[in-house]
Amino acid sequence: MKARVDVVLKNGVLDPQGKAINQALHHLGFNQVQDVRQGKLIEIELNETNKDTAMASLKQMAEKLLTNQVIENYKITFQD
Amino acid sequence: MQASVIVFPGSNCDRDVAVAFEKASGRKPAMIWHGDSALPKSDIIVIPGGFSYGDYLRTGAMAAHSPIMGEVIAAAKKGVRVLGICNGFQVLCETQLLPGVLLRNQKLKFICKTVSLNVVNNDSVFTKAYQKGANLRIPVAHGDGNYFADNDTLKKLEDNNQIALRYNDNPNGSVQNIAGIFNKERTILGLMPHPERANDAALGSDDGSGIFKSIVENV
Repeated sequence: MKARVDVVLKNGVLDPQGKAINQALHHLGFNQVQDVRQGKLIEIELNETNKDTAMASLKQMAEKLLTNQVIENYKITFQD
Repeated sequence: MQASVIVFPGSNCDRDVAVAFEKASGRKPAMIWHGDSALPKSDIIVIPGGFSYGDYLRTGAMAAHSPIMGEVIAAAKKGVRVLGICNGFQVLCETQLLPGVLLRNQKLKFICKTVSLNVVNNDSVFTKAYQKGANLRIPVAHGDGNYFADNDTLKKLEDNNQIALRYNDNPNGSVQNIAGIFNKERTILGLMPHPERANDAALGSDDGSGIFKSIVENV
């Protein structure tokens, strides 16, 4: 099965890249843009059929390596 | 005083820091490859600057899970002194031997220049050779040196006198101008500036040599 892990900065953590993107979008005329936060998308192929066990391992992966929990949150979704 | 320098793929300050330790102690440090799983008996372990694993995922994140790091963490927990410079500081934060994290520089630019630092705490084996409040000229060279920690952690750092060095003119957006911190026991120091690049007057400054002198005299 295939899963995706979205990694986003926690609220309150400065995101200079998001700010730069926000500014660039304004330069392009997208003045409705109010805020931009940049994150990461990690796609993982798993040799696993049970979603519960897959979720348990994905959580461990996210907490041990994929994110730094001082600054980042994650969201795991399965792709069918 | 036996130093061990950990070498990751992408480390590039390992040889400079080895020269600095040899100059201060007269003994060649052991150079330990990241894939090794045994650490020789060491009085101090050095995690050098560079771009371990190409800074993939997050700076220091991959190196923090290298085979040798299990040994480094175990030794650090037993009280063996650990010095992390630049990428080494990032690795120490990722292993959680030091609190907080180093984010992308506030203005997104890689900064490579000599900065002015203030010695906040000289009561440690790493900083004893300096006067408290002394100002040092030492270069920085980093893209991710913007130290961040939550308010509770910052309060603990303050209360336990864990802040070692502050920038006099903050180049990267670090919270409270923090350039280097100790662990609670002050057996571990992580700092973004490169003392090994200010270790001889011929390099423009020898203000960094106090770090190596302190370690050699006090460890």
